[in-house]
Amino acid sequence: MIEVKNLKKGFGDKIVLQDVNAVMRSGACNLIIGASGSGKTVLMKCIVGLLHPDQGEIFYDGKEFTTMAIEDKKEIRKEIGMLFQGSALFDSLTVEQNIMFPLNMFTNHTYREKLKIVNAVLDRVNLKDANKKFPAELSGGMMKRVGIARAIVLKPKYLFCDEPNSGLDPQTSMVIDKLIKELTNEYNITTIINTHDMNSVMEIGDHIIYMHKGLKEWEGTNKEIIFSKNELLNSFIFASEFLKDAKDMRMLEAKGKIDENRDMNDLLK
Amino acid sequence: MTLFTEFGRFILMFKGMIRKPENKKMYWKELMHQSSEIGIGALGIVVIISFFIGAVSALQTAYQITTPLIPKETIAQIVRDTVILEFAPTLTCIVLAGVVGSKIASELGNMRVSEQIDAFEIMGINTKSYLILPKILGAMITIPMLVIIATFLGILGGRVAGVATGIITPEQFDRGLFDGFNPYNIYFEMIKAYTFSFIISSIPAFYGYYVKGGALEIGRASTKSVVVSCVAILLADYVLAQLLLNN
Repeated sequence: MIEVKNLKKGFGDKIVLQDVNAVMRSGACNLIIGASGSGKTVLMKCIVGLLHPDQGEIFYDGKEFTTMAIEDKKEIRKEIGMLFQGSALFDSLTVEQNIMFPLNMFTNHTYREKLKIVNAVLDRVNLKDANKKFPAELSGGMMKRVGIARAIVLKPKYLFCDEPNSGLDPQTSMVIDKLIKELTNEYNITTIINTHDMNSVMEIGDHIIYMHKGLKEWEGTNKEIIFSKNELLNSFIFASEFLKDAKDMRMLEAKGKIDENRDMNDLLK
Repeated sequence: MTLFTEFGRFILMFKGMIRKPENKKMYWKELMHQSSEIGIGALGIVVIISFFIGAVSALQTAYQITTPLIPKETIAQIVRDTVILEFAPTLTCIVLAGVVGSKIASELGNMRVSEQIDAFEIMGINTKSYLILPKILGAMITIPMLVIIATFLGILGGRVAGVATGIITPEQFDRGLFDGFNPYNIYFEMIKAYTFSFIISSIPAFYGYYVKGGALEIGRASTKSVVVSCVAILLADYVLAQLLLNN
């Protein structure tokens, strides 16, 4: 479990995170959602230690992370896997070398053992026969899968995904979402995902944190989000008519009625 | 103020490098890789410039010696000493500041912008040790070797040009080459080579590692690193000459 307490972060005069408190649930897909500039990426970077918060505490299974010694932080980081927005694959290395890199650095396995692990992980993310390809030869979806494979190769306890669907078509996005969800359940990982993709929110959001202007505005599950009365959250999530209709359908299914504030004329158009 | 801030960050960068390596074998592999990249990668340009610099040096020295009272062997002596004292270490390193420096800055800058450095950090790897230190050590291993090669080739270039144009005979050149040779000059040359190789690798690594932004900023960082390295080399050249050659 990851716990964030009273986290504050600013850059110069600009305050990006204001007193954020959150708990990332173990073995679940925790989604941090919010508009661009809401502070979700800064929050994630603070949690993984890429940014140092101005104030507040971050606990990994009860261990305070921000004030930890560098060597202890390294031990925690060995339990972290991260999928970056642009995949962040090492472009001078092949797919196989990219995934093997953490194994080379942190294990004493023989080459044959490492290759076996790499092939198993590649197989798990449905990327067979891509071993010898370089990142420049891969599509966006394939790069994300390699990024996921590299992130899970050391069997981490925590998986962080920064905008895993950015730049992907809806179908590939769903495949990546499904893969992340499956891996979360399979390895019992605590997964934290930064996204503003509504499909992801509805499909894999076991626990959702909505950020608005550096504040945690709402917290709940993908079931609860439909019935939320939070106006800021509703205006962010159900921004389009299509999504408003989808919400109505879900409400009808669940409660037999739609939102009282919903303009029926819109629905009948 | 910016200059002091940058210098402070530059010093802190070195402090961050002093950590126990996560895996010595991987660090050694990276050091060998960087040594090969820097040394082998720059060998071609070093061979070309040093040979021609030596050749031009011989021709221009001969051109300036108009009186028959000065023996022809003096040409070889001047070529030898200018190549050892100045051309091989300084000129080679200024060219390498462009070749190696821009490569280091753009490589690290690109890794920073594409979040590859963050990816290393997340894995628990000290990126300053793993990405910067092998580059600096690799440069300090290979660049002095390149300077030695440049010295031999520079003198060879002077000999070939001098003999080919009939300015000096091979015997006269060889006699002049060994006449009045001061081994201290080689010591001075090596001190310069190590100092400059440190400058060439550490300054671009600093600008590349801390780059912020995108492709445009990588280009700017690369250019700035080359300019600052060249100025630092010339400044260090003067300081070393003042300190070590001042009788």
